[in-house]
Amino acid sequence: MKFAIVVFPGSNCDADCLHIAKDLLGCEADYVWHKETSLKNADAVILPGGFAYGDYLRAGALARFSPVMDSVAEFARAGGPVLGICNGFQVLLEAGLLPGAVRVNKGLRYICHDVFLRVENNETAFTRLYERGGVVKMPIGHGEGNYTASREVLDELSREGRVVFRYCDAQGRITDSANPNGATANIAGVSNREGNIVGLMPHPDRCSEGLLGNDVGRKMFESVVTALASR
Amino acid sequence: MYPRSDVLDPQGKAIAAALARLGHGSVKDVRAGKVFFLEVDGSDAAAVERDAHRMAEELLANTVIEGFDVRVVSP
Repeated sequence: MKFAIVVFPGSNCDADCLHIAKDLLGCEADYVWHKETSLKNADAVILPGGFAYGDYLRAGALARFSPVMDSVAEFARAGGPVLGICNGFQVLLEAGLLPGAVRVNKGLRYICHDVFLRVENNETAFTRLYERGGVVKMPIGHGEGNYTASREVLDELSREGRVVFRYCDAQGRITDSANPNGATANIAGVSNREGNIVGLMPHPDRCSEGLLGNDVGRKMFESVVTALASR
Repeated sequence: MYPRSDVLDPQGKAIAAALARLGHGSVKDVRAGKVFFLEVDGSDAAAVERDAHRMAEELLANTVIEGFDVRVVSP
């Protein structure tokens, strides 16, 4: 089992992801520089957080044209598991691999704190070890995480159960006050129809070991290991 | 390019509130966008405009949330 962690100029959570894959999960893992076109025979791909290309134009807008993205798209369309975390999620949205877009946060500020999330779908490649309807605490850190999509796309996402996480309060209630950035319908993460591409604004990579005070995010990485083992 | 009118624009809202505080009560809504000045080769204004439209759709605007206008200004 091997992870590829894509590194764009400005990625800054790549080392965290590599550490989780290698040191915590005992898997193989390698960085893939954005100018490369080979994913090095990886079984799963992670687009990490950060500020690819300095978020110039729009977050993820320029990263989407990096040479590696053609390989990521090909890998994803063939059913390969791809996880986009925060900026990686923004890249997947800009690349059209996941539907919708993010706007600047409702409060116009960069926000960095823990949020509660309700697991809405535990059938994706990255969430199968969570309990459906369960509440997990993860940190966010973003200025543009205010998710939205056209009415038709939002209907489709909800009809097909493709909202993976929603912001909620500690009891799992989906409320306005539990919504940190103004995201439509409290959406924190979505998947494609097949469930092999998942993107979310919160950072599972920043809560994957006890040393950090929270290891709930680790299950996202363990989920894909389990998913691939059962293929 | 500018946020589409059916999309919440937090920046525009903040600017509208600031204008209201300054006493500009006539302002009903603000949408904050960006302007790109492109210097291009070409003598056929219609062709240049078509190209610019493509550029806007492919990169400069995210059409999920943004609209755009193209204007060709001769040098």
